[in-house]
Amino acid sequence: MKLTFEEQDMLDGKYGKATQKSMEILTTLGEIFEAEDMIDVVGVQIAGVSYDNLGEAGLEFLSEMAEDGKVRVLTTLNPAGMDRENWRALGIDEEFAKNQNRALDAFAKMGIITTCSCTPYLIGNTPHYGQHLAWAESSAVCYANSVIGARTNREGGPSALASALTGITPRYGYHLDKNRQGEVLIKVNAPVKGTDEFGVLGKVIGDKLVKLGKKIPYITGIPSASIEELKSFCASVATYGGTALFHMERITPEFDTYPKPSDIVFDINQSDLDKARAELIDDHLEIDFVSIGCPHASIHEIATIAKLLKGKKVKKEFWITTARPTKRIADEVGYSKIIEVAGAKFAADTCCVVAPIKGRFKGIMVDSAKACYYGRAKNKFKVKIGKIEECVEEAIK
Amino acid sequence: MKLSGRKIYKGKNKGKTIVTKDGISFYGGVDPDTGIVVEVGHELEGQSVSGKILVFPTGKGSTVGSYTMYRMKKNNTAPLAIINEKIDTIVAVGCIISEIPCIDMIDISLIKNEQEVVVNGSEGTVEILD
Repeated sequence: MKLTFEEQDMLDGKYGKATQKSMEILTTLGEIFEAEDMIDVVGVQIAGVSYDNLGEAGLEFLSEMAEDGKVRVLTTLNPAGMDRENWRALGIDEEFAKNQNRALDAFAKMGIITTCSCTPYLIGNTPHYGQHLAWAESSAVCYANSVIGARTNREGGPSALASALTGITPRYGYHLDKNRQGEVLIKVNAPVKGTDEFGVLGKVIGDKLVKLGKKIPYITGIPSASIEELKSFCASVATYGGTALFHMERITPEFDTYPKPSDIVFDINQSDLDKARAELIDDHLEIDFVSIGCPHASIHEIATIAKLLKGKKVKKEFWITTARPTKRIADEVGYSKIIEVAGAKFAADTCCVVAPIKGRFKGIMVDSAKACYYGRAKNKFKVKIGKIEECVEEAIK
Repeated sequence: MKLSGRKIYKGKNKGKTIVTKDGISFYGGVDPDTGIVVEVGHELEGQSVSGKILVFPTGKGSTVGSYTMYRMKKNNTAPLAIINEKIDTIVAVGCIISEIPCIDMIDISLIKNEQEVVVNGSEGTVEILD
C-alpha cells in the first residue's frame, strides 16, 4: 500500500502506541482487500459498546488504546447496555452498570462523543453525499451508503476505532464507484407503508439476496418513503441480507448514477410480504414486553407514541429506546411527561438488542424486523411484529 | 518443506499443529477461558487450540470474535500462531490486536494434524519440520 509520510510515521510509532496499533489494523485490512492507499474519513461510528458484547477482554483492549489514543475525527458510539441515567428503573444490576461505565469512560478518554445511538445520522454525526466514513453498525452503514449516498464499508469495533484514532480508512469496497452498482433488480408490486411493513420488505429482500449470494439490490415500485420507514428498512435488510447498500428508484440519491441491473430480476408480491410477516409472529405467544425504537426512535415517532398514550395506562413493560439528544427534545416539548405518566419508560443510550435482558421476558412486541431477529436469537424471546399503533395498543391492553 | 503465503501479522512461533477443514467462529465457538472449541458439531469440538498452531480455512461469525481472541491471549489460552487458506477481517483484526503471528494463502491440505511446524508471520511462510 502507498502510505503518506505521516501515515508511515503513525505506523512506525511516532504518534504513540494506540495510533501505531490502529495503523497495523488498517494497513493489514488494506493489504487483504488490495487497497491502493488510504482515504480521509469525516466521521466514525463505533460498535461494540455494550459491556454485554465487549466483555472484560474488549474492555481491556479499549483501556489499553485509551492510554495514549485520541480521536482525529468526529466519532460517536453505538448503543450501550443500559440507559446512563435511568438504568435502575430498567432493572440493570449494579455490577453491569459499573462495567458499562468503565467502557464508556475509556471511549470518552479518547475524545469520542458518548452519544450511544445507532442513529448517528439523526443526532449530528450526519455525513453529506459522497463523503467517506468508517462506520460500524450495520443499519447505520446501510443508511449512510444508501439514503445519504456517503461511502463506508461495514466496519467492526476495532477497525472503526482505528479509523477514529488515525482519521483514515483503506480505499476499497464501498468507497469505490465500481463496487456500488446494483446487482439485482427487485420489483415491489404491493403497497408498503409504515416502519413494520418496510421491515418486512427488508426481510423478504434480505433473505432473497442471501439465497442469490448478492449484496446490492436495486428496488423499484416504492412511490415514497419517510426517514423512519427507511431506517427500519435499512436495519432489516442489513440484518437478514448483510446488505450495506441499496438503490431505490427516485428515492435514494445514486439510483440513476449506475446502470440499472437487468440480469437478475425478481418480483415481490403481496403474498411474499404476508409470508414474511407471518414468519415474524411466533406461535403460542404471551407478550409481556413492548419496545419501540429499533433503530432508535426519531422525535417524530416519539410524538406519535405520546399522542397514542395520552391519558392511557400501560399494563406491560414498555420501552421507548432512543438517543439521549432526541429524548431531551421530547422532555422539552412535554412528550416525555405524557409517556412516563402513562407508565411507559424511556431507555435512552440503549436498546432491546444490546441490553442484558436475555430471558427476562417471555414475548416481545415490536415494530422492527431487526428487533424480531435479535429478540429471538440473542434474548430468547418469542416475538411479534406490528404497527406502532398496534404496539401501543398491546401495551395498554 | 516450506510453504509460502501472505503475511497477516508478524512474529515467529514453533509448535504442533491442530488442523480442521471447518471455519472457526471465536465468538461463541471457542471458550476463551479454556481455549476449547465448543461449537456443536464442529470437527474440533471438545479439543483445545491453546498453545498450538491453529490451521483452518477461514473465520466466520460475529465481529466480536476479534475481542474473544484478545481475551484468549490475555488468558494464555490463545493459539501460538494461525494459518488460514483465506483470511477474514475478524481473524485478521483479532491477530493484530492480540499479537498472534498469522499467515494466509496457504494450501492447508498439505499440513497434517500434530506436525511440528515453524510459522513466520513476518515472512508469510510455514516450515514443516517432520
